[in-house]
Order: sequence, then structure tokens, then C-alpha cells
Amino acid sequence: MCTMIVEKIRIDGSGKGTDGWFKLEQANISYDHPFNAPLDHALNIDFVNESMGTSARVAVELSAEAARELVRTILTVLDEAEAGGHIHTSP
Amino acid sequence: MYRTDMYEGLLAETVTLPGANGDLINAYLARPLGPGPFPAMVLAHHMPGWDEWYRETTFKFANHGFVTVTPNLYFRSGHGTPEDVAAKVRGEGGISDDQAVGDLAGAMNYVRSLPYANGKVGVFGTCSGGRHAYLAACRAPGFNTIVDCWGGRVVMTPDQLNQKFPVSPLEYTKELSCPILGIFGNDDSSPTPEQVNQHEAELKKHNKEYEFHRYDGAGHGFFYYHVPAYRQAQAVDGWQKVFAFLGKQLS
Repeated sequence: MCTMIVEKIRIDGSGKGTDGWFKLEQANISYDHPFNAPLDHALNIDFVNESMGTSARVAVELSAEAARELVRTILTVLDEAEAGGHIHTSP
Repeated sequence: MYRTDMYEGLLAETVTLPGANGDLINAYLARPLGPGPFPAMVLAHHMPGWDEWYRETTFKFANHGFVTVTPNLYFRSGHGTPEDVAAKVRGEGGISDDQAVGDLAGAMNYVRSLPYANGKVGVFGTCSGGRHAYLAACRAPGFNTIVDCWGGRVVMTPDQLNQKFPVSPLEYTKELSCPILGIFGNDDSSPTPEQVNQHEAELKKHNKEYEFHRYDGAGHGFFYYHVPAYRQAQAVDGWQKVFAFLGKQLS
């Protein structure tokens, strides 16, 4: 834990873990040591549901460049969906 | 020095010991078979958790003649695979310094009390474990030596301090009560070579006994043979330095 750079957000959605799909409640976003990616530090996202235990986790470990490209692409897709009238905010 | 005609045996198992606040936590213990007395080591595991590398390193120290205990510093964060538990701790922003120091002090008391221990106890850690080992050697009286391998954030800026990490470990240097060996890679970003220099300057300022080794061509975690950070020649030399230092300090 050598940078301790981490942010947590509440999220809605589903994730597919080792035991199948589960409800996601939180995402932990850190820039710290990854477990698997061949990098000293990575942009790590753990999609979790803590009430279901430590194994309810979907993990990604990205290079900083890949993470920035992912963010840009997500926003592009959302903008396109919004422009097409496909995004309906829940009441 | 091992000879091919020697008898050799180890015992390794999970044990329970009192850590910070007297909480019972689990720990991995490995020891040479025989009556001893053996010197002892406490290992402070790294950020990726109480994982296979640390269990194997526990065997390694035992194989070199040390009764070795590696407490699970993430015990209170639940159980699962080491990665899943460590990911949870990473999401929580790490464990508190007080808790880590208390757990390492508990492990020191436990291992010193064993009937085959010689009473001398060192502490070793890598990455966040190097930092925790340093804090323990400064704040928990009783360690006879410390090995800090690339402990990040020993030198902290005020904006990095919070409830879990209220004081930069460097500030405790005057309280360090035992000799220290430091192993660092010059390509590391945490600690940077400049931070290692600051650490060394603080040790000098307080007349502490220290031995620092800095390796070119190596970054963070260059002992870890399961990741690309591994540097064979530097790791072999680093381990030789570790065991030579411990042999001198704990025999």
C-alpha cells in the first residue's frame, strides 16, 4: 500500500464474479500496486458488494493510459446515448 | 552453511497470537526442528497481503535458522483469498499505523516466549511492510534489529497524514532502538532515492547504527520473483546482505 491513493463511490449495477452475477454497491478506485498487471502501480477498480463478503469483487487493473482512454470512451458513449434520448433518469 | 550430510527439518503452521489491543489474530509460524535456541524474526507482510510470497518467505527465514512468525495484519478485514482481503484493505485506505505496530509487537512477544527461541528478535518487511517494520522498531521496545526493504512513505508530507497515519515514520527515528539494514532500488518511486537519502540523513543525525544498500537497475519489489519487477542479480545480493546482517545482529 505504497501510494494510498483511493476513492470510494456508491454505485448501482451488477457485476459478474467467480460465483456468477451479483448486485454491485460500491466501487473502490485506487492508483496503487496491482495484484496481477505487470506494472509497479496501476489504476485499479474493485467493483464490490461488501455485505456479500470479500469474494464479491470484480477487479480490473489498468495502465494509467488505458484508464484515461476508458474514461474518455465511457463519456463518449454516454453522450451519444443521451443525445439519442436513451438515458432516462430514475424518478 | 548447509552441508549435504546435515539433517534438516522445518515445521510450519498457522497459529493464533494476541495482537494490537489484545485482539487474537492469526499468524504463520515456521521454525527449524530441534531444541534451539534459535534467533527469531517477525515478518511484516506487504500491501498485497498475507500472501503466498510471504508464506514462502517465512519458510525461507526458517530454513536459514530463524523461528519466524508472520502475523496476518489484515485479520480484522475479514477472510477470503489474500488478494480479495488485500483489495478490501486497499479500498479502505490501508490499516492504521497503531494497529500494525500493535500486531507486530504482539508477534514479537509471542515468538520471544517460545521455548526454542534465543530471546533475540528482528523484524523484516517489504513495501508497506518495510514501513510498518520501521514504525514497530521505533515505537515497540524490544526488537533487536530491523530490515526495511523499500518501505514506501517512511518519509511523508503533511498532506499525506490522516487519522490512520498521523505521524510520518521519519519523525520516530530518534526512538529507533536497534540497528537497521535498508535495501532499496534506485528506480523506485516510493521510496524515491531522495527519500532514502532523507531517511539516511535522519539516522545519521541521531547517531543510529545503520547499513543502507542501494541497487542500480532495480525498482520497487525487486525480490519478488513472481512479477516483472524481479531483478535476479540484485535480489541474490540483497538476500545475502539480509542474512549476513541478521547473523551478526541476532546470534
